[in-house]
Amino acid sequence: MFRVFYCVLARDITLAMRRRTDVLTTLFFFVIVVSLFPLGVGSEREQLRLLGPGVVWVAALLASMLALERLFAADYDDGTLEQLLLTGQPLAVLVLGKVVAHWLLTGLPLVLIAPLVAMQYHLSPPAIWVMMAALAIGTPVLSLIGAIGAALTLGLRGGGILLSLLILPLYVPVLVYGAGAVSVSAIDIADTEPYLSLLSAFLLGASLLAPLAAAAALRISLE
Amino acid sequence: MLDVTDLACRRGERDLFSGLGFQLPARTLLHVRGRNGSGKTSLLRVLCGLLRPDAGSIRWRGENIRELAEDYHRDLLYFGHLNGLKADLTGLENLRIASTLDQAPVDEDAIIEALARIGLEGFEDLPTRMLSQGQKKRVALARLILSKAPLWILDEPFTALDVDAVEFLQQLISAQVADGGSVVLTTHQEVPLTRGAIQRLTLGETVDDLDAATPAAH
Repeated sequence: MFRVFYCVLARDITLAMRRRTDVLTTLFFFVIVVSLFPLGVGSEREQLRLLGPGVVWVAALLASMLALERLFAADYDDGTLEQLLLTGQPLAVLVLGKVVAHWLLTGLPLVLIAPLVAMQYHLSPPAIWVMMAALAIGTPVLSLIGAIGAALTLGLRGGGILLSLLILPLYVPVLVYGAGAVSVSAIDIADTEPYLSLLSAFLLGASLLAPLAAAAALRISLE
Repeated sequence: MLDVTDLACRRGERDLFSGLGFQLPARTLLHVRGRNGSGKTSLLRVLCGLLRPDAGSIRWRGENIRELAEDYHRDLLYFGHLNGLKADLTGLENLRIASTLDQAPVDEDAIIEALARIGLEGFEDLPTRMLSQGQKKRVALARLILSKAPLWILDEPFTALDVDAVEFLQQLISAQVADGGSVVLTTHQEVPLTRGAIQRLTLGETVDDLDAATPAAH
């Protein structure tokens, strides 16, 4: 079972490495959106410090949405998804492999570049660490929940917009607790613990349920 | 081995077929024919379990394929209209992934040999998007050489192939039937068999003709 998971993961990463623009688009989108706000609202320190956590998180949500549409669509178009369904492997494991690859390619780069873009918001070093931790726990949840939406809207015309409407409301808890953790860290770093614990709970729940739901949705979409 | 009873399928408002039943024992080839749009591809997708039939049941070795699920898929090789190849991966990589996922991993030499047998020697390391339509089809068909699945379901496998490849594929199919496997295929060509029986099923008409003494298809 692990071999199958690893095979799908390696396949998707190889494919993305051969077509790097998709990965870079997401990353640059994130950097640009985050950088636009200081230009728009002015460079007042306190104001930016208040805005920072929310802006970074909203940008992360939108950036992870961006690549979501292609998560299954590319495989659907060339018939490999059909073959994945017929492999005799538990589909949820294959889906989890694809989601992990998606996160490594779109979520992890955001986590790594976050300290750099956060500097524009004058966040303190501890706050930046908390932001990285929150993003590292929160962005996989985004990929997992997004996979359900991507599977449901597969093959639909205008699926991209429908996908946003379906998925963005479900991202709200992650946004609230993710941005909350960073805001609270300005007061006392110890207060961030419950926020991060809740995010971890979301991650555990989502990694258990989302692959199953996405697998069921894929079967329906392929009929 | 494959036992189909009272199968019905609707697409939208149209009844494609209903009351369809047949048995497909080992060493048999089922040749599905019919006009364009008569439901050949839908029938094949229903047989694979990709499409849920509106009525009727499909049993594989006595058990419903819905309940067998993954166990059935392990015994099955489906070849659809889409080749199921990743354009950015090479033929070698595509086949390696396919065989790993089918839980029958084969070594690199076996894949290279399979590609050579199907006439793609020297093209192993080229991304499949650089290949011609017929060559892509050949890469996808190399899965048949590597496969040990007892049931093959092939949807129009002969299109886009040249004369040599058609002949090679015909040999592969008759070898599969001779080895005790079953094949379901749609094509407008005849498939000569060395051993085993051919059943014919014509969709969209009421008349069926049968070569072998096998249960009738309605």
